[in-house]
Amino acid sequence: MGELQTTVTMTVNGERVTRTIESRVLLVHFLREELGLTGTHVGCDTSQCGACTVLLDGEAVKSCTVLAVQAMGKAVTTIEGLETDRLHPIQEGFWAKHGLQCGFCTPGAMMATTYLLSQNPNPTEEQIRVGLDGIVCRCTGYETIVRAVQHAAQLMNSSTQTERSTEVG
Amino acid sequence: MLTAPFEYRRAERVEDVIEWLSDETRETKILAGGHSLLPLMKLRLATPAILVDVSALRELQGVQEDGEVLRVGAFTRYVELARHSLINQKASLLSQAANVVGDLQVRNRGTIGGSLCHADPAADLPAAVLALEAQLVILGPNGTRRESAEAFFMAPFVTTLGRQEILAAIEIPLSTQNARSTYLKRPHPASGYPVIGVACLIDAIHNQTIGTARLAITGIASTAFRASAAEAQLVGGRLDAETIAKAASTAAINAPLDDDEHTEYKQQLVQVYVSRALQQVAAQED
Ligand SMILES: Cc1cc2nc3c(=O)[nH]c(=O)nc-3n(C[C@H](O)[C@H](O)[C@H](O)COP(=O)(O)OP(=O)(O)OC[C@H]3O[C@@H](n4cnc5c(N)ncnc54)[C@H](O)[C@@H]3O)c2cc1C
Repeated sequence: MGELQTTVTMTVNGERVTRTIESRVLLVHFLREELGLTGTHVGCDTSQCGACTVLLDGEAVKSCTVLAVQAMGKAVTTIEGLETDRLHPIQEGFWAKHGLQCGFCTPGAMMATTYLLSQNPNPTEEQIRVGLDGIVCRCTGYETIVRAVQHAAQLMNSSTQTERSTEVG
Repeated sequence: MLTAPFEYRRAERVEDVIEWLSDETRETKILAGGHSLLPLMKLRLATPAILVDVSALRELQGVQEDGEVLRVGAFTRYVELARHSLINQKASLLSQAANVVGDLQVRNRGTIGGSLCHADPAADLPAAVLALEAQLVILGPNGTRRESAEAFFMAPFVTTLGRQEILAAIEIPLSTQNARSTYLKRPHPASGYPVIGVACLIDAIHNQTIGTARLAITGIASTAFRASAAEAQLVGGRLDAETIAKAASTAAINAPLDDDEHTEYKQQLVQVYVSRALQQVAAQED
């Protein structure tokens, strides 16, 4: 059985972690079950819905379609890594513009938004819709998500961002 | 969903991969971006005993001009194909096709090599490499061989790739770098894969005489194919409404479609999408 296991080291939300796991463990299971980071959700488990989206070396990926061993030596950011002592502007955008109802897709939607805004800080509505094509939301009809992303982009582009951020708790 | 258990190997040398692939007792598969293979493994439609991760192989990386060709490493991801300035300039058709594969997360993982070797009849990139008349550089136990994209795709999910062979790179002739091109896709509303995708490359605009015309179509037949009869009809003519209409119906009539209850619908799709693709190219600015 030994050869079916692999030792992986990666950085998750800034912290280096090493675990010996079965090679077939998916990144999403590694995050949720090995590290207890249950903010990353498993929606469809067939690479369609995007609820499991995390950043891998800064790029949005569906963590149900990445093996944990493929993240070897890389940096992973999950929804837990977004927030500090204040809401991240993207979280604030989703909160202010009601970018969620049930909240199940929200961690993935926010991570995809983080990537989108890192590539394009001023996306048009069309670019937001294309950018979030890999996220399935069954509640909002996407309208409020688009507004949330627009609001987040505004917050991130304005210098007074820290003053406006909402304290957590 | 978990895949069946497997042994994971991260390849450092191509020679090792070729050697590992010779194992006849335990099925050994190459893992690139994993965006076709892992879903199949989760459904247990694929149960390899050994997975060989080729992401670190030097031979599969990089994009550079090399004499008369642009060499694109097999491990180049869609996101890179879409953005790379050399590909944008010298083989913009490939960038255009890569940019509409799946969604943003898929494009951050999937690779050109994985797409071509998987040979899904509904994949986008086969149309682009056919129209660009790309050569595939394949490494195996007997060294390096080159094969045209046209010969490579044999049947749905079947290529000429031997059990011990690895696709290392895709070579795109620079001779068409100044041609106009477009990739026009009608995505399936649920899967996002093309119902039809038309790759079109033409060396003329407006009133110029067409010297080179390439039309490759994916998604609609058992493999991607060149619409040769329509291409021949375009050469020597001009991209005007009449020529476009003729070429589009020739493409539809000659498309190698399965003979079933959908044939008429598919012919109509070919006709409409070839016509739109040609119109798009005709409307491009200098
Ligand atoms: C949600 C979703 C949506 C998608 N939508 C589209 C779409 O719209 N259009 C589209 O075209 N595709 C689509 N795909 C498929 C995607 O493009 C895959 O990335 C691609 O088909 C396979 O590339 P990969 O790098 O992920 O390869 P893998 O999945 O790693 O490998 C695929 C196959 O190729 C073999 N292989 C890989 N690299 C090599 C090599 N260098 N030499 C020899 N063999 C090799 C593997 O052994 C395996 O059999 C989608 C996938 C998902 C999950």
